[in-house]
Amino acid sequence: MSEDAGLGMEVDPIMCRAHGLCAELLPELILLDEWGYPQLASQEVPTSLQAEAQAAATACPTLALRLSAGKEANPRS
Amino acid sequence: MTAPGPGPLPDPPTGSVRLLAGSAGSGSPAGFADHLARYGPLPADSAGPWDGPAGLIDAVDRSGLRGRGGAGFPTSRKLTAVATGRGRPVVVANGCDGDPATAKDAMLLEFAPHLVIDGVLLACRAVGADEAVICVGEGEEHTRYLHAALDARRPDDVAVRTVEVPHRFVASEESALVNFLNRGDARPTVTPPRPAERGVGGRPTLVDNVETLAHMALIARFGPDWYREAGAPASPGTTLATIGGAVHRPGVHEVELGTPVGRVLAAAGGESEALQAVQIGGLGGSWVSIEQARLLPLTHEDCRAAGTVMGTAALVALPERACGLAETARALRYLAAESAGQCGPCMFGLPAIADDMADLVRGADRSGATLDRLHKRLTTIVGRGACAHPDGAARLAAAALRVFADDIDCHIAGLPCPWARSARWMPVPEETP
Repeated sequence: MSEDAGLGMEVDPIMCRAHGLCAELLPELILLDEWGYPQLASQEVPTSLQAEAQAAATACPTLALRLSAGKEANPRS
Repeated sequence: MTAPGPGPLPDPPTGSVRLLAGSAGSGSPAGFADHLARYGPLPADSAGPWDGPAGLIDAVDRSGLRGRGGAGFPTSRKLTAVATGRGRPVVVANGCDGDPATAKDAMLLEFAPHLVIDGVLLACRAVGADEAVICVGEGEEHTRYLHAALDARRPDDVAVRTVEVPHRFVASEESALVNFLNRGDARPTVTPPRPAERGVGGRPTLVDNVETLAHMALIARFGPDWYREAGAPASPGTTLATIGGAVHRPGVHEVELGTPVGRVLAAAGGESEALQAVQIGGLGGSWVSIEQARLLPLTHEDCRAAGTVMGTAALVALPERACGLAETARALRYLAAESAGQCGPCMFGLPAIADDMADLVRGADRSGATLDRLHKRLTTIVGRGACAHPDGAARLAAAALRVFADDIDCHIAGLPCPWARSARWMPVPEETP
């Protein structure tokens, strides 16, 4: 996976405790629902926002926001 | 194992009664002798119509068998994934009837336990497992038939045990079942990894519904071509449909997949009064108007195209003299209470949509704002849980808004129908407020 490839982003819904820091640090891609839980506008982070996404993932107190090299969809049968 | 001689097999069952053919004549549970008389012995690896584990998986593949636990996933693909996984595989048979609209697992375990055990033993052979767990609902009466059947067999090549699982809606979701067997916590986990990769004890785990395994027992005997003689091309075989509501003979009936829902209702004695809609797919399924339902073939694809899911083939016939919105509100209240409470959008979203629906039923808000908020919430919560529980509840609510749209206007205008206060058709446990 090259450095230029987009980052995948997902929330572990069980780990998430609605602290909301991610939406403050990455408002371009993350909105909070009425209960304070993050809603992702996209599961891919454009190159221009990768630094902000890294900051948001690091800031999450429960490490529920996860980034991965290349988008990996969560398959559900 | 009580070595069954390699005698010729009896003729395969004909028509739509296959799984229940062993007990059809007597109407009582099939003992091992009845079972052998009706279906014949389980073919040995070398003597069957298939050769070895790979041949068995190939036969299942050619039969087109799909999982009967609700998702309809191709069974052969699961078998292959587990057979090629790393480590010693485990087989888990799910017989919990997790959805209160479904009673087929209980029916099968009571009337055809030996077909289920056959299927478990075959699945073990196919994936190379020497350990299997049959999961049943906690404290269920019918479990004694399964125990008696296991005592009559005492297979010596596979260690088969039974485990009782709490009666929670999400407890029989496959990751929850594995979590329960591993840690005693019957709540779903985040996937991947799927149980096929890392399941019970971290080992590759095949989780299949007991009905799926029972079908495998028939395919192993009579072959994939025979199997496809019933059912639809993409959904072959028969299925155990649980039919409730306003029909003359509610209960579990075996029907061919692809049978139009109107004829499935006829199998349950037919409509006992004028109907307005059918709830298809269990409590996480959705509503279809009676006009559309009568002609709708009972397959995964046709149900999906009609905005619902076939799920475990549970149907509830809703009469004209009932309030679909009130029935939905009651089901949503139950589904909200059954949230595992792990994921925010489910833990908070489900009570919120249940409240909205209850407010609509009572005509509490004539401005229409509640309806708008409910629509918005339904799109918000979908796809945001670790399991599909919130998605199912949202689907049911959305279908109610669509199918009972005329009723909503009356409720909002403060003119609820006379049956709104006595919702009683949805098979929701009584303790639900």
